[in-house]
Amino acid sequence: MRLARKRWRIRAFRKRRELRPVIDRANLIAPDHILLFSTLRNERVRLPYFLRYYRGLGVNHFLIVDNDSTDGSREYLAAQPDVSLWTSKHSYKRSRFGVDWLNWLQMKYAHGHWTLVVDPDEFFVYPFCDTRPLRALTDWLDASSIKSFSAMLLDMYPKGPFDVMPYHEGQDPFEIAPYFDSGNYVIQRNRKYGNLWIQGGPRMRMFFQDLPERAPALNKIPLVKWDRDYAYVSSTHMLLPRGLNQVYDEWGGEKASGCLLHAKFLDTFAHKAEEEMERRQHYANSHEYRAYRAGISTQPDLWCKWSEKYINWRQLEILGLMSKGNWA
Amino acid sequence: MTVGFVMLCHTALDRASQVARHWAERDCPVVIHVDYRVKRKAYDGMVKSLADLPNIRFSGRHACEWGTWGIVAATQEASTIMLRDFPAVRHVYLASGSCLPLRPVDELLAYLAERPRTDFIESVTTEDVGWTIGGLDVERFTLRFPFSWRKQRRLFDGYVRLQRRLHFRRRIPAGVVPHLGSQWWCLTRQTLSAILENPERAEIDRYFRRVWIPDESYFQTLVRQVSANVESRSLTLSKFDFQGKPHIFYDDHLQLLRRSDCFVARKIWPHADRLYKTFLSGDGGAQAVAEPNPGKIDRLFAKAVERRTKGRAGLYMQSRHPNENWENGRTAAPYSVFEGFADLFENFEIWLGKATGTRVHGHLFAETRVQFAGGEKIYNGALCDSAAMRDYNPTSFLTNLIWNTRGERQCFQFGPADNQALGHFIAGDPNAQISVISGAWAIPLFHANSNFGEIRKEAARLQKIEAEFLNTLRSPWVKARVRTWALAEFVENPMEPLQTIVDEISPRAMRRLTEAPRLADLTGFGQFLQNLRNQGMQPVLMGDFPTGDDPRGTTSRRGRPYLVK
Repeated sequence: MRLARKRWRIRAFRKRRELRPVIDRANLIAPDHILLFSTLRNERVRLPYFLRYYRGLGVNHFLIVDNDSTDGSREYLAAQPDVSLWTSKHSYKRSRFGVDWLNWLQMKYAHGHWTLVVDPDEFFVYPFCDTRPLRALTDWLDASSIKSFSAMLLDMYPKGPFDVMPYHEGQDPFEIAPYFDSGNYVIQRNRKYGNLWIQGGPRMRMFFQDLPERAPALNKIPLVKWDRDYAYVSSTHMLLPRGLNQVYDEWGGEKASGCLLHAKFLDTFAHKAEEEMERRQHYANSHEYRAYRAGISTQPDLWCKWSEKYINWRQLEILGLMSKGNWA
Repeated sequence: MTVGFVMLCHTALDRASQVARHWAERDCPVVIHVDYRVKRKAYDGMVKSLADLPNIRFSGRHACEWGTWGIVAATQEASTIMLRDFPAVRHVYLASGSCLPLRPVDELLAYLAERPRTDFIESVTTEDVGWTIGGLDVERFTLRFPFSWRKQRRLFDGYVRLQRRLHFRRRIPAGVVPHLGSQWWCLTRQTLSAILENPERAEIDRYFRRVWIPDESYFQTLVRQVSANVESRSLTLSKFDFQGKPHIFYDDHLQLLRRSDCFVARKIWPHADRLYKTFLSGDGGAQAVAEPNPGKIDRLFAKAVERRTKGRAGLYMQSRHPNENWENGRTAAPYSVFEGFADLFENFEIWLGKATGTRVHGHLFAETRVQFAGGEKIYNGALCDSAAMRDYNPTSFLTNLIWNTRGERQCFQFGPADNQALGHFIAGDPNAQISVISGAWAIPLFHANSNFGEIRKEAARLQKIEAEFLNTLRSPWVKARVRTWALAEFVENPMEPLQTIVDEISPRAMRRLTEAPRLADLTGFGQFLQNLRNQGMQPVLMGDFPTGDDPRGTTSRRGRPYLVK
């Protein structure tokens, strides 16, 4: 495992050459700042709300890798005062879906910081997020000697086909896609890395009924007090050293955890699936996107009468999707 | 007469000075101790910001590592200054830099003025404390602790173990009866000076210097020697979680803190702007003499600790994935499993739903499809009826279903033709009520329109599977409520077992079953079994079925099986 970690870190180190800085404002980072890392491609329309949401939580600095956007994302981000931006024309797939790039940036900039690694369509929700800023959480985690915080990916979807309500720049995506599946998640333990492997939700229900083992993983550990020796192994699903994956209690108790609301299924989705299919740059030979495209051509409606409408974090906690743990 | 505050600070100095200013401006002298490890610059800034207040002193700085003598030394020195410089002080209140006064100073003064001789200090004998972390209580006083707990944990633990093995014991000085309690106290001048001016103090200090966490025992122990009037509780609201770390208060605790009527709370998150603004502004409405009442806050934190240590029964999620037998409830609620009933009775599901008012599913683990109640394709929590998805992780499927339907009892049919993966799981689940009519699977075969050779083969297969399941149910570790009947036995008197099961499902209903479910037509069933036997397959699970013509076919509509009352 130690060797594996070394390997990922060396790989990240090699991949650093693929990154070209667009604008580096890392000198603005203070020692106690909370950092956000992200990779993206052609997400211009989502960016304003994304930045606003995380600034609102109290993220101090954004470090973003732009994978060759052509829709003005790069220019928009470069103009933001709290964003440092890198760009790469290299293969997303061969950088292990951006993990190598971000591992490198984290190694370089995130040591000793609380870091949040999310995609532009993922919105972090944690206990008391409506009354306490992110710093309250990280301070509490520090005080409790907890180094990593789990937040399961929760796929949000609209009622009806995806393209009925178009998404406008700056809009809260969950006005359009407020529904989620509340209780159809399956969990296995990954003995090798010690993490939980969670699958389920609307994607499994609609696109992977016959091949459930291929359904995408939903377990994520996006918030980590980073150390330069750490490395993400596969997206933010698991980390090394393995102790960081121990975000769950094995003796009956509940540790604190959050959710990543996943605003994937908007009108932008069909277009994206199409594009990603052509690029073939996604996980497992884009199997996921292939399944979506097959599904989309029949105008899918993820909504069912058991879909829950999102209200707030307390609802997620009551449903058992996340937990306050002993934070009160 | 007034109250003086001794403040021990080590972080968030700006907040500490804000609170110090609040007290000092209301004529309460404050002596501040700042941890030696705080940077010079920050310390100077704090001194400067409070320079305009004549009744604030800074005491000599000690390094206050948690669990060590430094904290006591700091308290002693600061208290000495307090008593020396401010003769008007009658009570000295020990507070930390992350404390926040919740009630106006006047109310605290009035409260103390009514109790001029009382020392408020939690002081409990070591036998009676339940909250020590790590099992060190009386050993805090009898072992030596030369290693840092924070930085040299291994040495610390090893040395404790070694001393235990060697039965090493320190001598406790004469007259010292170890007491423990919250670090935060409020003592009278008389008591405090008696402790500080004790002629044997040098010796006592030498002893306590090597005691583990002396800040929770030094004053708590000595106060018993000098005070006549100890009120064993702290005026500071301070709660600890299961790891022994203090709970932190945030802006959203405002109302809770307000209603607690405590004088001082700790620990406050330094960025809780609203709390600081609210409680440090003005002097609030005078609601006078309420006793501190932290009950609500106690409950809130106790619940939080319980959530962390015990969790919610039957919940499996990203941050709760108990090892086997540590689930504290494998499933979230009681449920019933029926094997053979749907084969023996016509429309059993509908009947059972009516009789018990529960949700009755078909064969949830049927080979081709999940048979949710009412033939739903998607069920509670957006569970899907796809057999592939269910079989991908049957345990998750069942625990999800039971979790999703908390509050409504679930019943489902089970049988040897179903996926058997969960046999062990439900057998070991105290929430499961399993009722089996063994051999009833033969009835659909009996009615089936297929070649006898196939029937024979299928019967052999099902019998083998069911026998295995019954074996599981007979294991010594079974926790489920299990009842089994052989088919022949059940058919003899179907109503009594049904009544028992229904009563157990809805105990308060106490209804007598008025309508019996209809038995399937069993005319010729005995002969059918005989035919199986003749073909070389031995049906054993049905019990002794008479080979002659069926005796019961017509009596299945019997109304009341038995009357008790």
